Amino acid sequence: MKSLEELKAIREKMEGKIGLRSESEKQTRVIVGMATCGIASGARPVLTTLSDAVQELGLNDVMVTQTGCIGLCQYEPIVEVLEPGKDKVTYVKMNPDKAMEVVRMHLQGGQPVTKYTLNAEKIGEK
Amino acid sequence: MPEIALNILDVAENSVRAGAALIEISVIISTEEDTLTVTITDDGCGMDADQLDKVQDPFYTTRTTRKVGLGIPFFKQAAECTGGSFSIISEKGRGTAVKAVFGLSHIDRMPLGDINATVHTLVVFHPSTDVIYRYIFNDNTFVMDSRELKQLLGDVPLQTAEVSKFIREYLDENKTATDNGIEI
Repeated sequence: MKSLEELKAIREKMEGKIGLRSESEKQTRVIVGMATCGIASGARPVLTTLSDAVQELGLNDVMVTQTGCIGLCQYEPIVEVLEPGKDKVTYVKMNPDKAMEVVRMHLQGGQPVTKYTLNAEKIGEK
Repeated sequence: MPEIALNILDVAENSVRAGAALIEISVIISTEEDTLTVTITDDGCGMDADQLDKVQDPFYTTRTTRKVGLGIPFFKQAAECTGGSFSIISEKGRGTAVKAVFGLSHIDRMPLGDINATVHTLVVFHPSTDVIYRYIFNDNTFVMDSRELKQLLGDVPLQTAEVSKFIREYLDENKTATDNGIEI
């Protein structure tokens, strides 16, 4: 059975290893919509997947955070990627698998996954 | 909303937005009374009588960009259609308390779902909001208080991979120990 004491061990292990996070101007922000619309369409596992992957890969200049309703409920779950000095990329109808692709291609590789963006979705609808 | 746990997350996210410092979530299952009771209490900004009157109406929202607000009405309906009940009390400046009672064995009751994922999400992604989570199954009780976790962790952030993984496993193990792993 797990005990909370294990947290102490994690803390001791991490002692001195926690670098200051890079400041906001250099930081990429990954924002997941978590209002009723997002939650109902599956945003919770998307958020957890993104956060876990970013932590495990040690992407220190990426911050995963959440927001309310972005106003495009029909496209939820929505993930926005804001890289400093670049246009915002809006990914729509996300799931954990697509989120992992975004982590690998975009957050690690620097190449947006165009096929999951709002633009691609809108063109497909026409 | 396919599961009760997502409704809980939705209501608790409202608490976060209401500026709550502490959110208390309880899930109480009684096989004898045949009920599943959910309470979510916060010390956020609360609502005035007028807002409180309207909050159960799906065609009301505090937002100005659209005209529907479905979170609370969804939760209320999900509870009431199982022969249960729903109540919300709130006081401006004091906080809000939501209580939903579901008929445990009612055929229309949605599954509890991944309640641990809900608690995990709240604790890990809202480090400035504290969460007390109580899971009670008949005579067994499990309580997790995020303040206790933070105290043990010191400066180590909750989003750290190892910490996040520990919290998830800690919740999973304790839930199973409390309800013997039965499907709810």
